[in-house]
Order: sequence, then C-alpha cells, then structure tokens
Amino acid sequence: MGGARRLPRFRFGRWLGVLPFFVFSALFLIGPAVVLAYRSLEAPDGGLTLDNYRQLTNPTVLSSYGLSIRISLTTAIIGGLFGFLLAWAVSMGGLPRPFRSGLTTFSGVASNFAGVPLAAAFIFTLGRIGAVTALFEVIGVDLYGTGFTLYSYWGLTIVYLFFQIPLMVLVLLPALDGLKQDWREAAENLGATPGQYWRRVAFPILLPSILGTMILLFGNAFGAHATAYALTGGLLNLATLLIGQQISGDVLNNPGLGYAVAMGMVMIMALSIGLYSLLQRRSERWLG
Amino acid sequence: MTISTTPLPVTTESEVAQAPRERSRFWAWLILLLGALYFVIPLGATFYWSLRAEKDVLGFEAYRRLFADPNFWPTFLESLVNAVFAIILSLLIIVPTAYWVTLKLPKLRPVVEFITLLPFVIPAVVLVFGLIRLYGRPPLLLTATYGSSRVILVCAYAALSFPYMFRSVDNGLRAMDVRSLTEAAQSLGAGWPTIMRKVIFPNLRVALLSGALLTFAIVIGELTIALFMAQQTFGPYMANLTRSKVYEPSAMAVVAFALTWAAMGTIALITRPGKRG
Repeated sequence: MGGARRLPRFRFGRWLGVLPFFVFSALFLIGPAVVLAYRSLEAPDGGLTLDNYRQLTNPTVLSSYGLSIRISLTTAIIGGLFGFLLAWAVSMGGLPRPFRSGLTTFSGVASNFAGVPLAAAFIFTLGRIGAVTALFEVIGVDLYGTGFTLYSYWGLTIVYLFFQIPLMVLVLLPALDGLKQDWREAAENLGATPGQYWRRVAFPILLPSILGTMILLFGNAFGAHATAYALTGGLLNLATLLIGQQISGDVLNNPGLGYAVAMGMVMIMALSIGLYSLLQRRSERWLG
Repeated sequence: MTISTTPLPVTTESEVAQAPRERSRFWAWLILLLGALYFVIPLGATFYWSLRAEKDVLGFEAYRRLFADPNFWPTFLESLVNAVFAIILSLLIIVPTAYWVTLKLPKLRPVVEFITLLPFVIPAVVLVFGLIRLYGRPPLLLTATYGSSRVILVCAYAALSFPYMFRSVDNGLRAMDVRSLTEAAQSLGAGWPTIMRKVIFPNLRVALLSGALLTFAIVIGELTIALFMAQQTFGPYMANLTRSKVYEPSAMAVVAFALTWAAMGTIALITRPGKRG
C-alpha cells in the first residue's frame, strides 16, 4: 500500500496473478451455467421466452422436485438436530477429551464418504440381503414385508444422514467453542439455572448458526446425485436424477424444460447458500 | 444411575451445579452411543460382508478378487492421475489468486470468494450438463474424443476443488505475515517467481497439503461428472461393480473408506499443532 515501494512488474501485473483464476472460472464454472441459463430461456423458434419455466409445473418435474425437497428437508432437520446434539456432547457434555478430536476426524471422513461406497455400505446394511435386515428377520420382523425399502424416501434419508450429521458437527463445533465461559458464569451469578442459561443466552446466540447450517445441509442433500444414482441406478424420481436422465436422452421430451429444471436447481442452491452465508455472518457478531 | 462413592475432586463448582452436570454427562454419553451405533453399524456390516466371500470361512477372498479384477487398477490409476493433475492445476490457480487478493487486491476478495463458492451452487450434475452443452457441440466439440473429454473432466475437478483449496490457502496466508515476508524478500532483490517459490509455497506447506488431500478425497471416487463424460474412472467402475457383483462391492467400500480415512487423517495430523486456521 505504501506508494514508495518498488514493484517488480508493471501495473497490469497487478491483475496477472488473478487472471488465470477468472479465465478458468469463466470456462469451467460460469460458462456452463450461463449456457444452461441461456438455453432455458430460448424458444423453439429462436426468440427468448419464459415458457420453459412455466412448464416446471409438469407433474414429473413437480414430483421430482417434491421428493428432493422432502428428503433434503428431513435430512437437514434430523441431521441438524442430531449433529448439534453430538457436537454439544463432545464439546460441553463432559465427555473425555479424546472423543472430541476423534469425532472431528471421523466427521471429516464421513462427510466426504458420499457416493458409490456409501450406497454400497448401506446396501450391505439395509438392503434386501443387508446385515441389519437379516438381524430383523432373526427377531421376527420382515423389514421389507413392512413396506420398507432402501430405495425410497426413508431409505435415502437414512443414507444421506451419514454425511449430513458429520457436516453439521464440523460446522457447529467452532460455534459452540465461541460460547464464552463468561456468559455462563454471568448467567449463573444472576441466578439462572442451566436450563435458563441455554434458553435465554446460549440458544439465541447459536440459533443463526444452527439454522444457517441446516440450510447448508438442505442444499447439500438437494444437489446430491452420486449416492442416489449408485443406490437406485438413477431410477428414483429425484431432481438430480431427472437432470441426469435428461442429459442421457431427453426423457422430458422437451430440451428447453430440461434446462429450466437444471436452472431451477441452481436457483434453489443459490438461495440456500446465500441464506447460509447471511446467517453465518450474523452469528459471527457474537461467536466470531 | 449410581452415584460414585469415590471422593470428587475439589472444584470451584457449587454443589447445586454438580447435579445437572452429572445429568448432562449421562445425556452426552447416550447421544454419543446413538451416534456411534448409527455410524458403526453400516461400516461393520460392510466389513463383515467383505470377509464372507468364501463359504463358511471368514477371509479376505473378496479383497483378492477385487484387486484381481481386470478393471480395478486401470480405473483406479486413471482416477489417481486425474486427481494429481486436478490438484496441481488447482494449486497453480488458487495460490497466486489467494496471495494477490490478500496482498494487492483486497477489494477483489468478495468476488473471488463468491466464485470459489460456485461449485456449491452448481451441483455436479448441473455442471456436467452445462459442460456437455458448452463443449459438446460445434464449434468447440471438445467432448468428441476420450482424451479431450478427460481434459475437461480434470478441469472440472480443479474447479470443484476451489472452495476447499481457496479456504485452505487463505487460512494459511492469514496465519503468516504475507506482507512482511514479501517485503523482506523484495528488499533482498527477489522477483515474484522467487517469492512464490521460495517464500510463499514453503510457508503454505500444511495448507497446500490439506487442500490437496481434500481434493484427492473428493475426486478419487467422483461419479457424476465422469459418468456423463463417459470416462472410465474409478467412480463409474465402483458403480458398475455395485450392480454386478455380490461380495466385491463390500471390499471396495471398505477400501474407499480406508482411503478417505487416510486422506482426512493425514489432514488432522498435519494441522493439529496450529489451533484455528
């Protein structure tokens, strides 16, 4: 910043360092998205139209978005609550220290253990031949006879939680660390019970962080494709799987609608990531 | 619940506070137990299956068959090479960018941060959709051959790693005094290439390694993009295996879990001494 400093390059050198980044992002992130956005607005005769977006109310599209949203919501809420409890247990629940670093490392692994291997692991657990399914049979419960299947809403929910819970733990542990001991002591000195402290002090401070991370989990499940594909062979009517089918061969019989479905997904993701950043920034006011 | 008869250590906590602490500890154990059950059972079940390929004996037959599968090593090696190139590409792009943004163009930071978050906004299946539509048609037609598709795949992987790489490198840069180090190097007559190679990169070793390992963990078994670009990499191979074989997929899942664990465990190990960021 000091003006007297000698710079080894000319002024355009200032931009040279970031130029590759912008060019590369334009080619491999922004470009593909812009192409899809443009095509989604393209009318068959070449003009611009919103018609493709109007057709998002098509029953196939609606039900695939519906299932995706239901699974994402369920796994965000269950994963969020349980992840929060786990993070609380190892950071403030009075458990021995090693559990904390153990859970952190494990969460790092499990949150990245998505895709084919995760699907395979659950097929061996809760699939028709799975160990837990067999265990249920031993105690006389025919799991698949009750209508349960791994390749359904609840099945996918159970599988997705395997990466949702750890993600919640990873994001929330630092937030819990941000709760200052002083606040608890101050509350206790004023006569607050632990319950009151949590309700009136800790929880309101943590709320933006908890909500924000749940929204992040929502997006995380909403955009997931590999796990669902590996589990169901791409046949479940899920938004990401529908887009996949559309890539392989226009199952909607309307290319423009396919682009609109993809853009709709980008918009929902943008909304959730945006809300997450907003709430995260808000929570930094206290927990920074 | 039984109350311990061993004398409690002397603490400053009041006796009133002691009872709730005990209670919360009980809940903490219960939650941890539930979590452990949920996470351990699928892994345990998979491992158990992987040992059962031979009738009536537990053994490593499934692993032997997996490693002897003619498609295992070629696809794995191909993914490994892809991962290495994606990591190098990502490093070459992100390190100068993060450095520049920290030192010279702080006003650009929000823009750069926004772009590095795009892989979260554009799901893989949408990204590959766009890539195919952008490069799969004349005049570009870069998806016409296996090799050129592979180049696009590697570039897409590098782009997917941006959120992790940028954050990791950015944290690393914050942990050291970039400005003073740069000025010191400059006053000794170093040019930018030397500063990068001899000052910045060595100081960022831990950050770069954890960014690289995270990228590796994500890319090595990546399915979606490789699948639609018709690449014979490890992800599509694993998906095929899951559908076509009985015992091998369990061995594969165990191996994949061990690989992820190795990558993440190394990150935990190398970043442990430093506290936050």
